[in-house]
Amino acid sequence: MAGDNVKHLTDAEFEEYVLKSDLPSLVDFWAPWCGPCKAIGPVIEELADEYVGKVQITKMNVDDNPTTPGKYSIRAIPTLILFKGGEIIDQVTGAVGKTQLIAMLKKVA
Amino acid sequence: MAKTDYQLIILGGGPAGLTAGLYAARDRLKVLLVEKGVVGGQVLVTDWIDNYPGFPEGVTGSELVEKMAAQAARFELETKNGNVVKINLTDEIKKLILESGEELTCQALIICTGARPNKLGIAGEDEFTGKGVSYCATCDGPFYRDQEILVVGGGDTAIQEAEFLTKFARKVTVVHRRDTLRATKILQEKAFANERIDFIWNSNVVAIEGEKEVERVKLRNIDGEEKEIAASGVFILIGTIPNNEMLPLEKLGADEYGFIKTDDDMRTKVPGVMAAGDIRSKTVRQIINGAGEGAVAAIASEHYLSGLN
Ligand SMILES: Cc1cc2nc3c(=O)[nH]c(=O)nc-3n(C[C@H](O)[C@H](O)[C@H](O)COP(=O)(O)OP(=O)(O)OC[C@H]3O[C@@H](n4cnc5c(N)ncnc54)[C@H](O)[C@@H]3O)c2cc1C
Repeated sequence: MAGDNVKHLTDAEFEEYVLKSDLPSLVDFWAPWCGPCKAIGPVIEELADEYVGKVQITKMNVDDNPTTPGKYSIRAIPTLILFKGGEIIDQVTGAVGKTQLIAMLKKVA
Repeated sequence: MAKTDYQLIILGGGPAGLTAGLYAARDRLKVLLVEKGVVGGQVLVTDWIDNYPGFPEGVTGSELVEKMAAQAARFELETKNGNVVKINLTDEIKKLILESGEELTCQALIICTGARPNKLGIAGEDEFTGKGVSYCATCDGPFYRDQEILVVGGGDTAIQEAEFLTKFARKVTVVHRRDTLRATKILQEKAFANERIDFIWNSNVVAIEGEKEVERVKLRNIDGEEKEIAASGVFILIGTIPNNEMLPLEKLGADEYGFIKTDDDMRTKVPGVMAAGDIRSKTVRQIINGAGEGAVAAIASEHYLSGLN
């Protein structure tokens, strides 16, 4: 099913699931009120299906989880951050297309 | 004529491109729409649209473009995600070159690349983008709950978004370089009546400052007096500039600001190349006329293509 491979993260899970993970992770910081976030939703779901076992494709709702976005000074969404080994590899803000995200993921997978 | 990948390519997937795509796909042309981000264009960043007919209660920007895209998809409009970096119009065959290196050819082309927010071009603006400087109230407004923020501009977009931002911010101060607003009367009336909106007239923002995030801005009024005010956010809503970097402007014909000139049928100087929407040289840049121009451009393309055969 579409979306099944997207992990919805909470503040509490972030460190363990993303920073300490052996696999790289893409985190899509989003909120339900954000039009562009909604627009890239299907792209995120497609990537999640295509990168199973290579990159963890995740989403974090910034309304429900204020701590992590605060830590990374996120004041604009959608912001997508690519993590590997606890470090930020790349990040982008806005309704970017799939091609651009694939180019970003090439840096880790 | 030599074979091309498509009869028609539409460049850009905002309301103009999606409407051109709807018309062309419905008329069974071999057509492709190329979009570098996700379809929707500037409408995606618009919270609420009250002036597009057919939605008596108004509609959110994302819902409106979703519907436009779904309508084009019903007629099987083919779309492709890609950033066009160059267009070659030297031959009768039009060639688009993508960032990936891929090339696409067509007989007719409709340019709907739209526009993007204008920048102030001042100190701190780029440095603090996403860290207090924003060009999109809908995307970023909720990060400013109970804070004091600034809106720069005096047009429809600035005033409408200032109003929207009062849903979150404790106080919104509109800084405008003149002493009157350009915005429509109804928007002005609402803004003047809103207790959370203040105005600073005849002033420019000259610098945006802070440690890690925006903390204050420097203003200068027409008499040259400077003052500092505290703000955690600055929304810059001062109009748009054309997305024209990939276009051969001289060949197509452009005005002094870089918007493409066309005739009433959306035709540029180059036969078979049309332009529609915000990228066109015109005075009103709205969804309704952008969509209308997309329709006209699609029909002009059909006429051009049937003349070829
Ligand atoms: C904040 C805001 C509020 C607004 N409110 C209203 C309103 O209430 N009512 C109203 O009628 N209008 C409103 N407008 C104006 C309206 O959004 C525009 O007039 C309309 O979106 C123009 O449509 P367009 O298709 O010409 O261009 P755009 O919407 O700008 O779309 C252009 C598309 O082309 C794509 N593109 C550009 N370059 C390339 C390239 N090289 N390769 C591939 N793709 C490319 C872009 O990614 C984009 O998706 C508002 C605008 C803003 C910014």
